[in-house]
Amino acid sequence: MSASDTQSPLRLFWREFSENKFAVGSLVVVVLLAVVAFLAPLLVPQDPYNLELLSLLDARRPPGFVGSGGYVHVLGTDPQGRDLLSAIFYGLRISIIIGLAAGAIALVLGTIVGIFAAYAGGWIETVLMRVIDLQLSFPAILLALVLVALLGQGKGQLIAALVAAQYAYFARTAYGAAKAERRKDYVEAALATPLAGYKVAVRHLLPNCMPPLIVVATVQIANAISLEATLSFLGLGLPVTEPSLGMLISNGFPYMMSGRYWISVFPGIALIILIVAINVVGDQIRDQFNPRLRK
Amino acid sequence: MLGFVIQRLIQASLVMAAMSVIVFVGVYAIGNPIEIIIPPEATQEIREATIRSLGLDLPLWKQYFIFVGNLTEGDFGRSFIYNLPVLELILGRLPATLELVLISVISATVGGVVLGIYAGYRPDSIIAKTIMAVSVLGFSVPSFWVGLILILTFAVNLGWLPAGGRGETVSLFGVQWSFLTFDGLSHIVLPALNLAFFKLAMMIRLARAGTRETMLTDTIKFARAAGISEGRILRRHLLKLISIPIITVFGLELGSTLAFAVVTETIFSWPGVGKLIIDSIAVLDRPVMVAYLILTALLFVLINLTVDLVFAFIDPRIRAKGA
Amino acid sequence: MTLVLDVQDLCTSFHTRAGVVKAVNGVSFTLRKGEVLGLVGESGSGKTVTGFSLLGLVDAPGRIDRGRIVLNGQDLVGLPERELRKRRGRDIAMIFQDPIATLNPLLSIRTQMTMALDAHASMGRAAAEKRCVEVLEKVGIPDPRSRLDNYPHEFSGGMRQRVAIAIALLHNPSVIVADEPTTALDVSIQAQILHEMRSLAQETGTALIWISHDLATVSSLATRLLVMYAGRVVEEGPTAEVLNNPRHPYTRGLIDSLPATAEPGKPLSQIPGTTPSLLSLGQGCPFKPRCTYATDICDTAPALSAVTKRAWRCHHPLAMEGAA
Repeated sequence: MSASDTQSPLRLFWREFSENKFAVGSLVVVVLLAVVAFLAPLLVPQDPYNLELLSLLDARRPPGFVGSGGYVHVLGTDPQGRDLLSAIFYGLRISIIIGLAAGAIALVLGTIVGIFAAYAGGWIETVLMRVIDLQLSFPAILLALVLVALLGQGKGQLIAALVAAQYAYFARTAYGAAKAERRKDYVEAALATPLAGYKVAVRHLLPNCMPPLIVVATVQIANAISLEATLSFLGLGLPVTEPSLGMLISNGFPYMMSGRYWISVFPGIALIILIVAINVVGDQIRDQFNPRLRK
Repeated sequence: MLGFVIQRLIQASLVMAAMSVIVFVGVYAIGNPIEIIIPPEATQEIREATIRSLGLDLPLWKQYFIFVGNLTEGDFGRSFIYNLPVLELILGRLPATLELVLISVISATVGGVVLGIYAGYRPDSIIAKTIMAVSVLGFSVPSFWVGLILILTFAVNLGWLPAGGRGETVSLFGVQWSFLTFDGLSHIVLPALNLAFFKLAMMIRLARAGTRETMLTDTIKFARAAGISEGRILRRHLLKLISIPIITVFGLELGSTLAFAVVTETIFSWPGVGKLIIDSIAVLDRPVMVAYLILTALLFVLINLTVDLVFAFIDPRIRAKGA
Repeated sequence: MTLVLDVQDLCTSFHTRAGVVKAVNGVSFTLRKGEVLGLVGESGSGKTVTGFSLLGLVDAPGRIDRGRIVLNGQDLVGLPERELRKRRGRDIAMIFQDPIATLNPLLSIRTQMTMALDAHASMGRAAAEKRCVEVLEKVGIPDPRSRLDNYPHEFSGGMRQRVAIAIALLHNPSVIVADEPTTALDVSIQAQILHEMRSLAQETGTALIWISHDLATVSSLATRLLVMYAGRVVEEGPTAEVLNNPRHPYTRGLIDSLPATAEPGKPLSQIPGTTPSLLSLGQGCPFKPRCTYATDICDTAPALSAVTKRAWRCHHPLAMEGAA
């Protein structure tokens, strides 16, 4: 123990993390999927967003079919004649970008609101937190649904709806951690000095909010991806010309009854692997941050 | 106790008032339903007549007060699309949704508590680890995907259960119910399973965490030292001690399950309120959207109120404070 | 007097990932009918684990490795859980430190007492109520019949502990293990409960094992003292003799750190150092690092030395002052 005390906290954290082989495997999967998603244009035989390349003669073909493009559709094709493998890689890209963007914006916005509430105190705190609590008691999916319906379709609108549905989780978490720290004597002492208030908030309150926020962030990125897929599945997500995983699944749904399972199933499997892997990593991080489970 | 109830009722009305403003402004300030309802080839006169008859020409605040005034009389307006009173429309669809939601949440809670207690009581057993793995899946896998897999497996491949619709219904108290006929029951199994899966995962986690914590307390040790059997300790002591968080979540989940029913009803073509709201969103049928949101909010508030009262019933300490 | 409990060479250990923790390491003692035995030691000395071992309630990963616990002529070690449960509450009962934590806040006193009664006897409602009232009266709860339907939060701390004691007394057990039962209470209530427990023990013939870190309370109650350190009994004997004439340096240290024995105006004496980790116990005397008398011989484990009624485990026992 004494030898490892001198190591940096990050290395200690990694050492504990690496004890859980399942979590390490999941992390590898997450990284791999991210790499695949960002290198998608280099890896796939077809640009699925280029409608000119699509031929209806290739539509709904089973895995292994050799299409008009002269190459093998490893995972088959969708109802528009897209190569499913290409569409899945591009879809992963959209899922990850939207998940990360929504998660990051919600994180920043929620943290500011939460720390501000804890720092300001008084009626501002009461009103802000009441609103947050009220919003938390309202299902995120419903909020996102209504917002997407009102704002229209598109990446920006979708991210805005996801942020609105999710920032409250970050606000609650940041508030809880900041509030606990705010009561401590050293923060009171710092506030009594001529140091500007926001500096105290940034220097003392923010660092103490980070561990729980990181945990919430991993969970919320997974949730954002899942929400996006759900909205796209319901036909309220992205435009049809740029199918995300949720829309690919939705497009294949009617054909499932007639046995053309692959159109829905393969994008679904990609989606599930992504979400489960992120959640397993998040679970492990949470366990490591939880002092009550430490031995 | 009475003071406690009155205080909660005042809080509830404040929340409802706030909700009505937010929902109204949110829905009416954004989006333009005129484009959707009125065919583009309509004449200017028809356009204006339609706008006037729907009250869309009045200032927003006037529209709001008319709206609230009508609300208190139970008039939620007429659907632009169906040209029916919204309340009638929603109430007509509500039994189907309520039936689905209640069956899901109750079975998820009972199943989740039993499995969760087991997983918390014997945390190192293989069964407990299996239960936990299932619950991780239930948490991660999007609800619509679970629905698709259920259809693919049980309806398409095995052909055991129908993939959609309500099946045969029976009238009871003037309302149609599916769960009273065998055919209806067979139609409700898959959507209910779909809706229950996530809740089951959550209840398992909750019951497991509560069990692990409670089993280490002196209350349980003292009961064991008195020679009380493990079965009775679990049934009488543990179940009551972990019930408070479970009831809280049960209440909250009742509300959120209502929201998730939107997805399930779409997949299984279940003719409930969720399907109605998705269809209404797609065509911007604002009165239906507003009424749905207001009624959902009302339901949330009522559920929270009930949960608070149930606490007071279970926990003598809260009862004493409220008196 | 009859022997009710005979513990020989009891060893209980916890098998953790970091290694084997020998929490109780070869403890032996006997208990007679109506006797009050004080079990004293710092936290981590193994006194509580000893208590739980007697009831067969050591939580995993702990287990009894060897030894005998003969209660009313029958060895409990190795008995199946079903048999142990039949004895818990009927032949041997236990009360705990914090009465707030031991009683279930959500169940009425009547429910909790009836559950404990039902565990070993089947009697009608009327008979059960009669028995509950009888026991509550015995532990000094005023107007017990009307208080049966109260909940734990409606009692004061002292009263709650009395209810817990009443539950332990329901079946007139031969032995009650009391684990720091007065530590969480006010001093004045402590004294009352100590007094009542002593008369109860005499009246009912129930033998008491009183576990405490506080030598002062134990010695006002116990007829015999057992001093534990790092899982072992280091000294044993009649209370007055041990207090007046300790043979083990650790016992001496405990007595010297009592406020009552200190000279006014002088700082209280302390035992230097802290309790050793039970994971890394060496071969020698575990008290050696803290002992002012320690020499090289203390690197080997001291055996138990005994004369009439007294026993100690030390290479350098303190002199018997005014030896009889």
